[in-house]
Amino acid sequence: MLDSEVPQEGNSTLGGHRKAMYARGSDGKLHIVQSAGWEVEEIVTKQAVDDLLRLTEDARQRVLAGQTSPLEYHMYRVRMDVPLLAQASGIWQWRIRRHFRPPIFTGLSTSLLTTYADAMGISVEQLKKAD
Amino acid sequence: MDFQHSQASHCESGVMSAMLRHHGLPLSEPMTFGLSSALSFAYLPIIKINGLPLVAYRMPPKAIIKGLQKPLGLKMRFETFGSQAAGIARLNELLDQGKLVGLQTSVFWLPYLPEDLRFHFNAHNVLAFGREASGDYLLSDPVAETTVSCPAADLQRARFAKGALAPKGLLYYPLGTPQTPDWHKVLPAAIQKTTRIMLDAPLPIIGVRGIRWLARAIEKLDAGSGAAHSKMFIGQVVRMQEEIGTGGGGFRFIYASFLQEAADLLNRPALGELAEQLIDIGDEWREFALATARMIRDRDPLQPPKLAAKLRAVADREHCFFRDLRRAA
Repeated sequence: MLDSEVPQEGNSTLGGHRKAMYARGSDGKLHIVQSAGWEVEEIVTKQAVDDLLRLTEDARQRVLAGQTSPLEYHMYRVRMDVPLLAQASGIWQWRIRRHFRPPIFTGLSTSLLTTYADAMGISVEQLKKAD
Repeated sequence: MDFQHSQASHCESGVMSAMLRHHGLPLSEPMTFGLSSALSFAYLPIIKINGLPLVAYRMPPKAIIKGLQKPLGLKMRFETFGSQAAGIARLNELLDQGKLVGLQTSVFWLPYLPEDLRFHFNAHNVLAFGREASGDYLLSDPVAETTVSCPAADLQRARFAKGALAPKGLLYYPLGTPQTPDWHKVLPAAIQKTTRIMLDAPLPIIGVRGIRWLARAIEKLDAGSGAAHSKMFIGQVVRMQEEIGTGGGGFRFIYASFLQEAADLLNRPALGELAEQLIDIGDEWREFALATARMIRDRDPLQPPKLAAKLRAVADREHCFFRDLRRAA
C-alpha cells in the first residue's frame, strides 16, 4: 500500500478518530500515515454493532410482551452474551437463563440484582426496567 | 512527568515503543513488534467470541512485552491483584513515584474510545503517566491521536473486567534500563523464530497451515438458508484483521517495516527485497477484506468458495515468503 492509497473515505464507527497505518512512501520506506477510515472496516464493524442492536431490540419487544425479563435486554444492551455475563457476574449460565423468566426475575433478592447491576455497570433501578 | 505521546497502529507494540523511548532506548513500533517475533496467524475454532471463532494475526497478548525481555536484556515487572483496592493503591503509588506504568484494560469500559469500537475485548494496553487534581488518570493510549484523561471509576472497571483474558488489574513497568542490543545476534534470531511459528507449528491451525484450515472452514459455509451466520463468520475474520489496530493487512505491513529496518541495521539488502514481497502480501489481505465486505453488503453474491480460494492464494504466497525469509536470515 502506497501512502497515497491509505483510505481516507471516512468511517462513522471511528467517531471522528483517525488511526495510524503503515504505508510506503515515495522513498520506498514504510512509515505511519493517519487514516480517516476505510469503508471495509466500517462495514464489518457495523455488522457486529447492528447484530447486537438487533438482539437488544428483539429482547426489548419480548420484555414488553412479558416473555423475558429486563435482565436479557440489558445483557445485550451492554454487548454481552450469557457466557460473558456468567463470567462477569460469577453466576452460572443456567441460573442466568432461569432469571430471564419474568416471574422469577421479579422475585430476585436485592443482593442478586446488585451483583448483576455491578457486572453490567448500571444501577439496580435501571436493571428493573427495559428502557 | 515529561512524557512524549506518539500514535501507533497497535496497542501493545505502541506501548512498548513509548515505554522504551521513555527509558532512553528509542525503538520504533515495528522494531518492538518484529524483535519480539509477534507476527503470526492462528485460527482457533474452539475459542469463541460472541459465538464466532477467534482468528489472530499475531501472537497472544503480552507476547511483545515478554518477548522483548531477552533481546534487550530487560526485566519487566508484572503485578496482578486479588483486590481492586490494592490494585488502585499500587497504581497510585507508582505514579506518585514518577513511574510510567503499562496497564491491561478492557476496551468496553474506556469512555474516550469511539462507542462503536467498545466491545468486550480485555487485552488492550495503555500507559498511565500521571493523575489530575480531580483524580482522573492521564493515559497515553497508543491508538489514540493524543493523550487522554480517564475518570478513575472507568479505569477501575476497565482494569478489573471479567471474562476471557481478564486483566486482573495487571500493571507492568521495566526494572533497570534497556540496552541497545547486538543487532547481528538478536535480529536473525527473532526472524528465525517467526518463520518457525509460520512454517513449523505442530498444530494445523497455526501459521500458514492455519490460513489453509480457515479457508476450508469458509469453503463449507452455507450460502443459502444459513447466509446470515456465514456473513457473521466472514465478517469476524476481517474484523480481527483490521479492527484491533493492525495497521491494515493483518500486521503484514508493520512487519514489512521491521524488515526494512533490519535490512539497514544488518546491511542485508535481501531483507529489504523480502519486505517488498510482504507489502504485496499485505495488499492481498486487504483485497480479501474488500471482497468479503462486498459480499456482506450484498454488492457481490455471497460465494464462500471464492473467498476460500483467495485465502489459499495468500497462504501459498506466505509459504514461499517465509521460506525465503528463513534462508535470508
